Amino acid sequence: MNDSAFDVVVVGGGPAGLGAACAAAESGSAVGLLDDTPWLGGQIWRGQELKPANREARRWLTRFGDSGATLLRGASVVAAPHPGLLLAEQNQRPCQVRWQRLILATGARELFLPFPGWTLPGIMGPGGLLALAKHGWPVNGRRVLLAGSGPLLLAAAESLSRQGANVVSILEQAPWRKVMAFGLALAAHHKLWQGIQLKLRLLGVPYCCGAWPIRAEGNDQVRRVTLTDGQRTWVEECDLFACGFGLVPNVELPLALGCELAAGFVRVDSRQATSVPHVYAAGEPTGIAGAGSALVQGLIAGYAAAGQAAKAEALFAERDGWHRFRAALARAFALRLELKTLAADDTLLCRCEDVSLGHARQFNDWRDAKLQSRCGMGACQGRVCGAAAKVILGWEAVSVRPPVLPALVSSLISQPQPRPEQSSSDPRASSKRP
Amino acid sequence: MTTDQLQVRVNGRLVTVLAGTVVAAAIARAGVAWSRHSVIGQPRGALCGMGVCMECRVMIDGQPQARSCLILCVEGMEVVTDE
Repeated sequence: MNDSAFDVVVVGGGPAGLGAACAAAESGSAVGLLDDTPWLGGQIWRGQELKPANREARRWLTRFGDSGATLLRGASVVAAPHPGLLLAEQNQRPCQVRWQRLILATGARELFLPFPGWTLPGIMGPGGLLALAKHGWPVNGRRVLLAGSGPLLLAAAESLSRQGANVVSILEQAPWRKVMAFGLALAAHHKLWQGIQLKLRLLGVPYCCGAWPIRAEGNDQVRRVTLTDGQRTWVEECDLFACGFGLVPNVELPLALGCELAAGFVRVDSRQATSVPHVYAAGEPTGIAGAGSALVQGLIAGYAAAGQAAKAEALFAERDGWHRFRAALARAFALRLELKTLAADDTLLCRCEDVSLGHARQFNDWRDAKLQSRCGMGACQGRVCGAAAKVILGWEAVSVRPPVLPALVSSLISQPQPRPEQSSSDPRASSKRP
Repeated sequence: MTTDQLQVRVNGRLVTVLAGTVVAAAIARAGVAWSRHSVIGQPRGALCGMGVCMECRVMIDGQPQARSCLILCVEGMEVVTDE
């Protein structure tokens, strides 16, 4: 088995992870960065490694390359058997990664909410379609309808149009007045939002606020989507339906390590340290605020983990500015109540085990539903339906059991026992908390 | 075929794609709308595009349950949906 050891291990190669790895490696620490994809940059900068188009992404990818950090590409963490050790799989083979300090930059995924027809092929997340389009998914000439919530809808529409997609329409569930207020507040600091809106106007793509999907139809793939603004309903024809209701933090690994959450996000102190000694978190797992926020949080975590307290502190003000942006984002794109009732009793909630919402809601809570209906027990381990159940049923639907991802049996049987000689280097034994 | 192109087989059918194409995209380019059928027999395709939802899992070179959205095409790769 491949075995490696680092002073600082970073999980996730998006902006937060890159910032963290650069800060720690440039401070002289031996750094290993694990990412479960074959490319660097996370979802937001996906594709930038091959074809750099974004100046910011190029700058950070270059800085990472020069930092001396080791990249473990395509390495998925499957378990954290004891402090100081991660069990991962790389190229279908198990590997062990030892750490003195651990920085979790696991990013976020899209929130999918069930509605009749939501399981049809051709319906995917706006971020998901964008990611796949960067890696060869055919969108040229395809009619793409976008719906859901958040700034990602606009960014995806703009990028997909540039790649030749015929963007039919963008439906934002948040009301126009909230979105406008957010745009105005943001425009004071950032030109990005205005820029995207302007480009879409030039392309003639309608951006409709206060509207959402109620049904999708098609035989083997999506063909028609019925939409509503609460008053009237109408139908749009499409080849691809990109639908996502914002982002959900990936907190499975933080939870597996024992990190405490607050309101669904990993609780961190001013140095991005979690409740678990020597474990830090940066980026979306601590709150949804995008790449700029993730970068600065990553830098703070990297400097803190490498013992560079002053350098970390110098970035606190910038980070706190992003906290205000984070709050504005959450306010503007808060989900409307109507979205909780889109799914009918026979609409599937759990796509892995095909459990309907009507069946799942007979149970008292997430745990009960899992045990008795297999809801959330399939291949995605509740990552999709758990987030939906939280919105629709109000269930606290995050629970983690090792392995955190479906794992090879060889990985599991290779799982080591804590070694006695480790106690001297056990981070918990260290007297000072970074 | 140019140097930045490569060929894979999807359910036995030869597809030419650009280097940097993920398997899920090659499946779409082969005209196959889905990657698997669910427990009750519904067709399913890629949903999250980032390795979370597992809807895009297929058999790649004999390896079952591979996340096709995260795996880049390699010359001569054999992809089978509904494995």
